[in-house]
Amino acid sequence: MRLLKFLLLGIFFGIVLAKAQVISWFRIYEMFRFESFHMYGIIGSAVVLGVVIVQYIKLSHLKAIDGTPITIQPKPTTYKASILGGILFGLGWALVGACPGPIYILIGAGFWSFILVLIGALLGTFIYGVVKEKLPH
Amino acid sequence: MQFLLQPFPWYVVGPLIAVNLFLLLYFGQRFGISTGLKTTCAALGAGNKIPFFKYDWKKEDWLLVYTLGTIIGGFLAFQFLDAGDAVIVSDSTKTALENMGITANQTFNPVEIVGTENLFTLKGIAILLGGGLLIGFGTRWANGCTSGHAISGLSDLQLPSLVAVIGFFIGGLVMTHLLIPIIFK
Repeated sequence: MRLLKFLLLGIFFGIVLAKAQVISWFRIYEMFRFESFHMYGIIGSAVVLGVVIVQYIKLSHLKAIDGTPITIQPKPTTYKASILGGILFGLGWALVGACPGPIYILIGAGFWSFILVLIGALLGTFIYGVVKEKLPH
Repeated sequence: MQFLLQPFPWYVVGPLIAVNLFLLLYFGQRFGISTGLKTTCAALGAGNKIPFFKYDWKKEDWLLVYTLGTIIGGFLAFQFLDAGDAVIVSDSTKTALENMGITANQTFNPVEIVGTENLFTLKGIAILLGGGLLIGFGTRWANGCTSGHAISGLSDLQLPSLVAVIGFFIGGLVMTHLLIPIIFK
């Protein structure tokens, strides 16, 4: 039961992103060409509402489902890693037209080529773990 | 029920993503999908050799279950909710694609780039595997992807997330405007 709610939420998220065409290569390409508002509207409205939600949680000291206070860990302030890793991810995102969430959703949708993208992403994560200490952060 | 069969407009999708963000926080977790790639490496035993993967990955089992859910969601959307209809792009995007020999407005995804037959050509494998490598390596280095930084991090007004999102766009713009025209010349 502990895990069932996450399964259902994942199904919900997968359906929403698929129906939004966010998982289409064409939508990502169009976004980076600034020729459609669709993706900016989605990310923008999600973030605006997200800010309201996070502020509400912090100000109201809302408790999580298990009764413990909701705490949001700040992201590590490793700015070199943010920008350099971010650029590499952006290159891959625009090339195959999918960020990590959509990779899975696309596999579920039957786009088998994304199995190879997923293998690449797992390998990339593993290689980062191997060379981490040699990189600027 | 008819609206479920149409593509969802942005002003429906953005708020639904915010609902997803809220529910994950309410469930005591944090929205960030690329972390699951690390969890998977750890679960596959990468921690035996590499310290980065040596941690109690079972604490992140919820994320693997959530990820499994997204796969099922993709299946359901395409099987029962007509999600796979052709994606219609703007005229200028269509022209740019056709100039590179990529067919637009006919399919959900460009067959020339991510069609299954690309699994059997050297160029196709290089693009799919290379793109995946960049995504996996880049997200772990940057400590997050679109969900963790652009949605979660920006919602919490995190400066490292803003820097990461700027990085995402630098990389995306370079790929779209400089590299894709060379790759698909």
